[in-house]
Parts: sequence; C-alpha cells; structure tokens
Amino acid sequence: MKGWMGKFKSVFLLSLLALVLAGCGKENLTALVPKGYGAESSMNLIILSSIIMLFVFVIVFLVYVITLVRFRKKKGQENFIPKQVEGNKTLETVWTVIPIILVLVLAVPTVAATFDLADTSKSKDGINIDVTGNQYWWHFSYAGEEIQTSQDLYIPTGEKVYLNMQSSDVIHSLWVPSISGKMDVNPENVNTMYIEAKEEGVYWGKCAELCGPSHSLMDFKVIAVSPEEYDQWVEDMQGVDPEAQPQDAVAQDGKAAFEENNCMSCHAIGSSPNAVGPNLTNFGDRSRIAGILEPTKEKLVNWIMDPESIKPGNKMTNNYPELSKEEASNIAEYLLQLQPSEITPESAGN
Amino acid sequence: MSHDHSLNPETMPQEPEKATLEGKNKFLGLWFFLGGETVLFASLFGTFLALRNSTADGPAGEEIFGLELVFLMTMLLLTSSLTSVYAMYHMKNNDFKKMQLWLGITAFLGIGFLACEIYEFYHYIHEYHFTFRSSAFGSAFYTLVGFHGGHVAFGLSWLIAIMVRNAKRGLNLYNAPKYYTFSLYWHFIDVVWVFIFTVVYLMGKVG
Amino acid sequence: MSIAAAQKKGFGAVIWDYLTTVDHKKIAHLYLFGGGFFFLLGGLEALFIRIQLIKPENDFLSAGLYNEMITMHGTTMIFLAAMPLLLGIMNAIMPLQIGARDVAFPFLNSLGFWLFMFGGVLLNCSWFLGGAPDAGWTAYTPLSTTSPGHGVDFYILGLQISGAGTLMGGINFLVTIVTMRAPGMTYMRMPLFTWTTFVTSVLILFAFPALTVGLFLLMFDRMFGSAFFEVSLGGNAVIWQHLFWIFGHPEVYILILPAFGVFSDIFATFSKKRLFGYTAMVFATILIAFLGFMVWAHHMFTVGLGPVANAIFAIATMAIAVPTGIKIFNWLATMWGGSITINSAMLWSLAFIPSFTIGGMTGVMLASAVADYQYHDSYFVVAHFHYVIVGGVVFGILAALHYWWPKMFGKILNEALGKLSFWLFFIGFHLTFFIQHFLGLMGMPRRYWVFLEDQGLDIGNLVSTIGALLMGVGGLLFVINIIYTSVKGEKAPADPWDGRTLEWAIPSPPPFYNFKQTPLVRGLDPLWIEKTEGKGEMTAAEPLGDIHMPDGSILPFIMSLGFFIAGFGFIYQVDQKAWLVAVFAGMGIALACMLIRSLKDYHGFHITKEELEREAD
Repeated sequence: MKGWMGKFKSVFLLSLLALVLAGCGKENLTALVPKGYGAESSMNLIILSSIIMLFVFVIVFLVYVITLVRFRKKKGQENFIPKQVEGNKTLETVWTVIPIILVLVLAVPTVAATFDLADTSKSKDGINIDVTGNQYWWHFSYAGEEIQTSQDLYIPTGEKVYLNMQSSDVIHSLWVPSISGKMDVNPENVNTMYIEAKEEGVYWGKCAELCGPSHSLMDFKVIAVSPEEYDQWVEDMQGVDPEAQPQDAVAQDGKAAFEENNCMSCHAIGSSPNAVGPNLTNFGDRSRIAGILEPTKEKLVNWIMDPESIKPGNKMTNNYPELSKEEASNIAEYLLQLQPSEITPESAGN
Repeated sequence: MSHDHSLNPETMPQEPEKATLEGKNKFLGLWFFLGGETVLFASLFGTFLALRNSTADGPAGEEIFGLELVFLMTMLLLTSSLTSVYAMYHMKNNDFKKMQLWLGITAFLGIGFLACEIYEFYHYIHEYHFTFRSSAFGSAFYTLVGFHGGHVAFGLSWLIAIMVRNAKRGLNLYNAPKYYTFSLYWHFIDVVWVFIFTVVYLMGKVG
Repeated sequence: MSIAAAQKKGFGAVIWDYLTTVDHKKIAHLYLFGGGFFFLLGGLEALFIRIQLIKPENDFLSAGLYNEMITMHGTTMIFLAAMPLLLGIMNAIMPLQIGARDVAFPFLNSLGFWLFMFGGVLLNCSWFLGGAPDAGWTAYTPLSTTSPGHGVDFYILGLQISGAGTLMGGINFLVTIVTMRAPGMTYMRMPLFTWTTFVTSVLILFAFPALTVGLFLLMFDRMFGSAFFEVSLGGNAVIWQHLFWIFGHPEVYILILPAFGVFSDIFATFSKKRLFGYTAMVFATILIAFLGFMVWAHHMFTVGLGPVANAIFAIATMAIAVPTGIKIFNWLATMWGGSITINSAMLWSLAFIPSFTIGGMTGVMLASAVADYQYHDSYFVVAHFHYVIVGGVVFGILAALHYWWPKMFGKILNEALGKLSFWLFFIGFHLTFFIQHFLGLMGMPRRYWVFLEDQGLDIGNLVSTIGALLMGVGGLLFVINIIYTSVKGEKAPADPWDGRTLEWAIPSPPPFYNFKQTPLVRGLDPLWIEKTEGKGEMTAAEPLGDIHMPDGSILPFIMSLGFFIAGFGFIYQVDQKAWLVAVFAGMGIALACMLIRSLKDYHGFHITKEELEREAD
C-alpha cells in the first residue's frame, strides 16, 4: 500500500517540479498571464472551474485513499464475507445534488461570458480589421483606413478591435493566447471577434486549426501600442509611396530585381488589395520573416532562395524564376529597408 | 427441434415470422437496422436542408421540379407499400400463392417508381444541365434522392431474389422471417419517400 | 463438426477454422489479435510523434510525415485499436454473462470482424502507396478535400468498410441481449458489463450512420466532383464538422461505457461486495448515452455558431458530469466496507479512478465555452482526451484482459509481470499527459510539427516524451507477459477470482456451446447467490438435450475481401478509369456473397445429448 501511494506521489511531485521549472510559460504567449479582455474573461472561468474541480478531486481522492487503507483484505480475514449492500438513498441523493449545484455555479458565469464575448453590436464604432487566413500566413486589411499589411497586426491598447475573419483556402484558427481565446477562420463565412489588449507589447499569435504541413509555422504577432502611437502608425502607413526609390544602389538593384522577377504579381507594397502573397509594405519593421525567422538579411536570403526548406508546402515555392545569390541578397536589402514607420515591434517595448 | 420447418395449415403458428428464435432475431435486428437507417437519412436530410439554397450558378429547385411526375412516383410507392401489406396478410393465412402474387405486384410498382426516377434524373440533366456537380444543391439533391433510389433498387433485388428462390418450396418457418423483414424494410423506404416528397419537392417548389 | 473433430488440428486447419468461424469466442480472439496489432502500431506512431517533439525545432520527422503520423495515430487508436479490443471483450464475455450459447447473428458477427480487419488493412496500405492520410483523424474539410495524393481516400474507404462492420456488431449485440438472455435473467439482473454493452450498441447504431454519411460526402467530393464542401459552388465546410461530431462525441461514450462496465464488475468481484447502487449505475449509463447525443457542438465552440448555441451546448455538456460523478461515487461505495484484493486487474481499475476523475474534471472545464476558447485545439485538449481515453478506456481494456484472460484463454496472466507493466505504464502515462495541460495553456496548439525555440515549451515537451517512452516499455512488458503466459502460464480453474456472474460458472476456456444446460438465474450476481444461498453451482433451467449450433462460413471473409478490392478500385479510378473494373469486380463479389447467403438455407447442426454426456465423462 505504502509503495503504491509513494509512487503516485512521486509522479505528481515530478510533474509539479517540471511545472515550476517551466513557470507559466513565456510571457506574451501564455494564456496563464492574461494581457487582454478575452484572455482575462477566459482566465476567470479557468480559475473558477479549477477551484470547483480541485474541490471535487480532493474529496474523491480522500474517500479513495481511506477506502483502500481501511478495507484492503487483511491477513486472517481470507474467508470474511462483507455485508452485501444494495445502495443508500441518502448518500446517492447527496452525490447527485451536490454536483448539480457545482455545475450550476460554473454554468451561470459561463453563459454570461459567452454572450459578452460574442457581442459585436458596437463594431460599427470601433476599429474593424478584415483578417484573411492563408496557407501559411495572415493578411490584415484595415477597413476604412486603406491600409494593407501582413503578419504583424497593429492595434491600439484599451480599445475593442473587431476582427472580421475569413479564409482563402482551408480552415485556420486565430489565437493570441495572452490577449484572447481563439476563433476559427472559415472559408465560407466571415467570423467576427473582438480583441482588446490591456498593455502595450508584442504578443505571439498562432494558427490553432490544422491547415497543412506548415501549420505549426503560421505564427504572427499582435503589436499593441498606445492610441497615439497607433494613430501615428496609421498615418505613416497611409503615407507610403509604393514607387519610392530606395536610397542606396544595392537596394535599388534589389527593387529592380523584385520587379523583374514578377514578385509583384503576388506581393503588394502599399495599399493595393492584391494579397496572393503577404503584403510587404512595412516588411523592414516586422519582428519576424515569414512569421518565424529572425529578421536578419542572411535568413531572408535563405528564405528567398529556398522557402520550401523553411516552410514546407508554402505557396511561394516554384512560383518565381530561380534567383542568383546576388539577386536574392539585393532583394533582401531592398525589403529590409521598407520601414515606413517609427512605430515598430521594438518600440512597442519588450 | 426439427429440421423440417415447412408449414401446413394445421400446425401453422399465428405469426410464422416470429415463431423461431432465428425469426425473432431477424425481426428485431431489422428494426434496429432501420433505427440506424433513420439516422442515415436524417443526416442526409440535414445536409440537404443546409445546402438547398446553395445553387451557385446552377438551377434552383423551383425552376426544375415538376410535381406531376413526383406525385405519380409517390402514388406508385405508397400503393406498393399497401400491396406488401396484403402479401403479409396472406402469409399469415398461409396462402403462399396469393402472397407471391401481391409481392409480384409490389415489385412491379417498385420498378415503375424506379423507372420514373431514372427518367426524372435524365430529364434534369439534359433539359436543365442540372447535375451532381452543378452546385452544392445539386450534390445534396442527387445524393439524398439517389440514396433513397438505391434503397429501392436494393429492396427490389432482395424481393425478387427471395421470390424466385422460394417459388417452388412454399412458405416455411425458415423463410417466413425473410419475407416479413423485407416488408418492414419496404415500409421504411416508403416513409422516407414521404419525407423526400415533402422536404425536397413541396418545400422546394413552394419556398 | 463434432466435438472430437474440434480437438487436435493441424496449423492449416486452425487457420481455416478461424477464417470460417462464427463462434463468438473465436471471433473475440480475432478481434483481440487484430485490435492488439493495431494498438501496437498506433503506439509506435505515438512514440514517433513524441520523439519529434522531444526538443524544439526537431527534424526527426518531416512536416508532411508528421501530419500523417498524427492522423494515423488518432484514427488507428480510435477505430482500429480501442473499438475492436472492446468489441472483442464484449464478444467473449457478454453472451456468457447472459447465459447464451452464441450471439443472435453469428454470421454477421464474423462479417463484422472481417470488415473491420480489411478496412484497417486498407487504411494502412496507404503507408506503402504514396503516403498516409494527413488531415488529422477529424479530417476537417476543406483540408481533407484538397489534400493531395490518395492518403485521405484510403482514410475514407478504410473507415467506411470498418465502420460498416462495427454497425453490424452493434445490432448483433442488441438483438442478442434482447432475445437470448437465460431464464430469470431480467434486464435489471444483467451484469453492468452487459448493460454497458447494450447501451454502447445503441450508441453505435445511432452514431455510426452519421459518419457513414459524412464519409460518403467526402468521398463524392474527392472522387466524383460533387460540391458539398466546395465553397465556390455553394458548399459548406462546417457540415462535415457537424456530421463528424454527431458521430464523434457518442463515439467517446462508445469507448468509455464498456470500460465503465468492466470496472463495475471488477470492483464488485475483488471487494466481495455487490455493486453499490446498481439501479443508479444503470440509469447513469443510459443518461450518459442520451446526453452524449446532445453535446456534439462542444467540439465546435470556436467555429462561430453564435452565443446561443455555445451556451446551450456548454450547459448540456456540464450536465454529463452529474451521472459520471454518480458512477465514481458508487464505485467508491462498492469498495467501502468490502474486502479488497489488489492484483493486476484491480490495479488497473484502481488507477482508473483518480486518472479518469482528472479527465472528467478537465472535461467540465472544457465545457465552459469561454474557457474553451483558450483550451480548444491546444495541448490542454490533447491532455484531456488522453486522460479519458487512456486513463479510462485503455486502463479498462487492460483491466478486462487481466480479469477475463483466464476465462478467454484458460491461463492466468503472470502477476509479477502484470504489476511491473502496470507501474511503468501508469507512471509513464501521468508523466506524458499531466504536463500537457499546462503546455496547452502556455500557448502550444495541438498538431504542431515543431515548436519554436525560446517559447517556454521545451521542458514540458521533454518530460512528456520521457513519459511516453516509459509507457512504451510498460506496453511491451504486457506483450511479453502474454507470450510468457501462453508458454508457461498456470492453468486457470473455472472460477479463479471467486466470481459473481455467470461466466465463472462454466469451464475456462468454455466449451464451444458455452452452457451444457441453460442456467436458471435467481437474481443479480447469480453465481454469487448460488454460492452463498444455494448449492454452489448454477441450477439448470432445462433438461440435458440436443444443442443447436450455427454453421461456419467462409462467406464473411470473401465478402469483406470483395469490399476491400472495390475500395482500391474507388481510390484509383480517379487516376485511371480502368480501375473501375476493380470496383465492379469487388462489389460483384460482395453482392454475390450476399445473394448466396440469402438464398442458401443454413440450418446449422446439432450436438446430440449423447455426445454431451460422453464429454462429461
């Protein structure tokens, strides 16, 4: 008996230890440290339900341990025949009624929160962003502002931002754990959810519905900045001249190569709604290349030369002429110089 | 227990289809099976209802459905259900010849129904270019109605097979459940058609 | 076939015997063998998944292969391992528990097995023919309709064929329980395992047709150009999710209810007490099954069904906690005041209580729709359903195998090996899955081929992988135990555990006609009643007489082979119309078998009274 319990305890302690070591996960990714309205709403219910469930578990476990200790067959009792009990009305009623009450305690706030988070009636007054999920990247179109961008989603803090989401291919699911729970991005209808960040910062977003080989690489960022900075960013983005020539010669060559190799049939710079591939307007400001890579020139060159090795199944592979290392390098230089705004993930603080 | 289950009027039990354990099992098993079939058709109806307005660029139901033909088909199938009841009535009276006759009429009416359905589909495809691939509505329509038609075809083959098989040996406790379960299945198909008539054709024509 | 002919046969004859058998006990052996094989396969796939996730950005598997691995792991474990193993145990035990000589439809029973087996083999052929399905076991459209290659086609046809087999099994058990109970075995005297078999069969009957339809629609879209899920032609991808989960949620109860039945029987036997609150247990089972059909959309909280639907399904889901709680407390109360023996079978059952309680509790947590926006499709969900499926179903299957092994095979599984494999598996299980609750909340979505560096997910994943390896070792030890026992195990008496129900009243393993004379049942736990109040053995309800037995048949095997061939035809006719020949040939074979079955008279055979008397000497 002792050994049995001991082993169970050791499993439990080991898991707990590992948990403490890992902490609550990485800040701005974990749902356990909520930084947004939806995430807080979920967290409240997670805590409430955990407490109720822990209460139940403790009772079950106590009865379980006592039963095993007290009623295990003892030496010299081999022929003992216990009383054959059919049941007990009182006891059975108790363990029917108490769970009903516990469930009700959880059900009421659940229903309230469900309706609260689904309330998009005021969306007309707020910021609306059309989100398109694609294999394996995200497009963001700011309705009314004529801003198109991809991968990095800028929002002001302390304000409800309405995301009108649809997929261009298979089902995706938009999830920014620190800010809000997820919602599916379907091909046949627009799903609307709102998010509201309470603190400035760069938050990690993920795709949460299996969408193909690179499902796990469909990361994006939500960049929450102060309302003033947000207005600044909007202005900067609206002021972008897609035709503008870069300053230095290398980047100019890059721009030429970008145009010659037909990159623009998929990638727009500026407010063109063309979004076959990610919009590159503020590419140089982004925190990650293709959602996952450190924004260095070397990584970008690797990506441009051989995207398949980085994101298997992506739609860019084989859809452009083969590039020389130099061309790729020039293009990378050009793209990294696309920095229209002072408001960047870095300025949003970390 | 005897090997010889053949009947004569003196020893015939009241319900030959349920007189043996095997018969009882078959009878009950088919009822359960029909329960499962109900879910099958319910799923198909649900799918159809979800997609009935999803005509894309293809024709809509109200443009193509002709109620006259469908009404005729309904009459054929309803009558065939009735004739199979007569057949079972004669089975209980141990009148094998009359049972076979009424089952023959049932089969005849069933074939008539199926012929109308084939003509109907042919008509839609050639007159209106309304096919399985035209739109989600087209897929749902042909799948729902086609599944029912497939059930009719299967039922007909089943009926004809047991009729031919037992033509010379008459009724006995071994094959009575086979006839009886067939008639249950046939009624079920009939009921499904009533729903199809209502949900697909009437609702399609009206709304 | 006489009794004498059943003994001492060559290898070929044994194979032929198993190919043609309609004996529920031999079909059970087949199910256990087939299910066991796929269980090992699914376990191997699980290990590959965990090895890939042992460290961040690992490249042990490629992205495509990883998606194939997770799809096949889920599909294999649910459809080809857990279900057949349970069907095998039901087949072996349920007829004995109600005092029947066989099931209602022995032929269908055999057909059900062969359809499952050929379906499973067809699905796994995909590994060697250009790649396995890769759209997840849930095969969400349009990912599944647009998945290149034939992987998903194998998924569709494989599941369609094996699903048809399962449906037959369900109908068969239902009719058996309704019509073939021994005299005196009223519904409210049936052992809980028989009750859960009954309720599970009802669930199979009403749940599987929804999957059948879903698979047909998927098949039509992929192979014949229909537009159910094709958005540009008005299709709707969410329909698949509804159909899949209308099947899929009851499926969870199809798996767990039989395990509940197993535990109920085991707790009563090894506590030497009758089951506490039998009536409540029966009604809780029925209630769980009923509610199981009302809650499918809790898998779809994030789909965007709207707050009304989400709220209703949230509350309906929470309601299931009540009957489940009743069960847990009734099991505890069964042991309370008893005289508890702890052996391998009991260890698995005891381990189930805390493990499943955790799984059930996280289930209620998931039911809270807004909290689910965080849990959904994250590792929290992975942890939850593994606590339910492994902590409930797999523990249940292993408990049942240890408990009924002597009855099924006539030998007692080795206790020392049994305990060792239990501890390794049990510790490994909690190590693997407990931490995954937190991985999910820390932002790790499920079905991730890699997790990135510096996201705080490294340690949790490492611990999880170590646990999985321990589970693997535990599982392997169980296989070794089976081999060891079959070679050197001690012979089992008829009633090794001081049992309470009818199956312990006949020899281990039982003769192929089970009961020489149908027993007379005088109450719940009939054998226990005879032991404590009667003469210690069952009273016969009929005089010794001839026993009627069904004929064996090779038709189920050939018919399933026909569907198997047609399956290949359907899959490859997309590439080349010549494959339609295989479709027609395969369907022709299957339909011809049906026709033969329908037209040929099968009267069975009789074991005479004299033979039975001779055997008794």
